Amino acid sequence: MSSSTSAAAAEFARRQHSPLQRVQHLLHGYPWLSPLVLLVLTTIVFTILNPRYISPNAQSLLLQQVAVIACLAIGQTLVILTAGIDLSVGAVAILAMMVMATLAAENGVPGLLAIVIGVTLAVGAGLLNGFLVTRVNLPPFIVTLGTLSIFTAIALLYSGGSSIQNNRLPDIMNVTGRTFSIGGFRLTIGVVIVLALYAIVGFALSQTAWGRHVFAVGDDPESARLSGVASKRVLLSVYTVAGLIYGLAAWIQIGRAGAATPNGIPDANLDSITAVVIGGTSLFGGRGGLIGSLLGAIIVGAFTLGLSLAGVDQQWRLLAIGVLVIVAVSVDQWIRRVKA
Amino acid sequence: MSTIERLPLTVDHIRDDKQHIYEAEPVLSARKLVITFGRVIGLDGVDVDLYQGEVLAVIGDNGAGKSTLIKCLTGAYVPDSGQIYVDGSPVHLRRPQDAREVGIETVYQQLAVIPALDIASNLYLAREERRPGPLGSVLRMLDKKGMKERAGGAVQNLGIQTIQNMGQAVETLSGGQRQAVAVARAAAFGSKVVILDEPTAALGVKESAAVLGMIKQLRDSGLAVILISHNMPHVWEVADRIHIQRLGGCAGVITPQSHDMGEGVAIMTGATTLEPTP
Ligand SMILES: Nc1ncnc2c1ncn2[C@@H]1O[C@H](COP(=O)(O)OP(=O)(O)OP(=O)(O)O)[C@@H](O)[C@H]1O
Ligand SMILES: [Mg+2]
Repeated sequence: MSSSTSAAAAEFARRQHSPLQRVQHLLHGYPWLSPLVLLVLTTIVFTILNPRYISPNAQSLLLQQVAVIACLAIGQTLVILTAGIDLSVGAVAILAMMVMATLAAENGVPGLLAIVIGVTLAVGAGLLNGFLVTRVNLPPFIVTLGTLSIFTAIALLYSGGSSIQNNRLPDIMNVTGRTFSIGGFRLTIGVVIVLALYAIVGFALSQTAWGRHVFAVGDDPESARLSGVASKRVLLSVYTVAGLIYGLAAWIQIGRAGAATPNGIPDANLDSITAVVIGGTSLFGGRGGLIGSLLGAIIVGAFTLGLSLAGVDQQWRLLAIGVLVIVAVSVDQWIRRVKA
Repeated sequence: MSTIERLPLTVDHIRDDKQHIYEAEPVLSARKLVITFGRVIGLDGVDVDLYQGEVLAVIGDNGAGKSTLIKCLTGAYVPDSGQIYVDGSPVHLRRPQDAREVGIETVYQQLAVIPALDIASNLYLAREERRPGPLGSVLRMLDKKGMKERAGGAVQNLGIQTIQNMGQAVETLSGGQRQAVAVARAAAFGSKVVILDEPTAALGVKESAAVLGMIKQLRDSGLAVILISHNMPHVWEVADRIHIQRLGGCAGVITPQSHDMGEGVAIMTGATTLEPTP
């Protein structure tokens, strides 16, 4: 009898080592693995379609193009890790951008001070989102849907709806678009700031107690509370930090676009959420990480660049991104069913 | 001394070698706890005294208010009225970490472990330890390796053999193993009071015996333990006193010496009532 049970167990153990399940375990342990594979595949395909895609020039352009979305995706990742969603990403960034640009161009406020005021306003916007989520107990979707309209309206009313070109803006505001070269690549100050933000927030998420609490609150808020985590304070901090990051994204956007434009980041919501989801962070909270979001943002940008280099209609990009989002969420559902 | 009036004890039913425990100040007390959930009355003016070095069992039917009582004692619920005392001083427990800070650790019925985190992270959740030196004090970096080692040591000391790899995610554990994690967390960090809400519900015979052994060990090392259980033989085995919860109120406090299991269950179900102590 004991021999038959041990044979059954051995058979079960063999079954567990099926290649598909090994992949499932691997993706469960390393959420950034699937976006990495996807990025390598897209790079290969677009390089075959047009070899210029892999040139340092094109890759530098790709990084510059995705910098703002990649920056917004940091805040979006934090919010989604707590099982929330932030539909006000773009609106907060636009509000901060129009305020800092208008203050500098129209009211003669010194550049640095104008940036600080704009970023502080974004922090306040994040704080308001967090307050409504934690104190008024509204779902994040509804809160940020509301503040999306509110912040957009304020930005338009305040700026009069018109763009401010960079020749009317102080140097410090345009500095994020300044390029420099290293080994054939041309990077901007904005790209460097975004990479630094990834390093800092990534460290906080993976190496500090705050990061653990973000994951815990996202996975099971009531258990986290009963375990002694100050759940509401953690949530509030997440929305506030997200606001800070959106404020910095506004500054990077001015440098990138060479202007402060009220409709400057039209796809901020879709693209940032897509980057996070493709990046392996679960919409149900508690699982994922920041590296994946950076890869996800680059993938989203890669489709824009790759398809235009291949001379293909940009509408294919929209189609491809839509498919990717659905596939990414399905993969996440599958990974969540992982067993020991 | 204390401002609280002591609840009557059936002292003549307490074993001689245990009498001294009840001469000291109760380590945790509650007076007239009331909590309502809309029209449902969760607790209807409940009094409790818990002494250092005793196991107080709480028994009662489903919905009698056992979990609600311990949630009020641990800051998970804030009672509508009533007062809680720790070492005789009134305290206001607004959040679970308030109770933790005064040395009360709890295994909640729903376990309150985080599936996505590993065992060590769960044991140290909300009491993480940082690396020594500037890495910890300036960068606030976690001492992951140290916590994992100490978690492993704590689990081993408690004699819990069902959990082994501290780096394993809790979501990959069985129900009983998860319960063992929650019990290990409370036992390892409780410094004054350990409260366990049905800690053996999902455990096998051997594992249940280990938990009962651990409860006795905690008591003998001078802690106070509250044990909620539906398993009467377990209760009669380890309890010093038994608080019977019925319909949101306390139907009486007995001891395994004063009443047998049948009588206890009769009081619990309302078949008999406990005559008031003189
Ligand atoms: N958060 C809550 N919201 C509404 N009602 C609640 C809540 N918590 C407890 N109750 C109610 O309070 C009463 C007591 O519940 P409690 O969980 O304390 O029972 P229990 O004695 O622990 O039962 P069991 O043996 O089933 O665990 C029940 O009627 C329950 O419905
Ligand atoms: Mg209960």
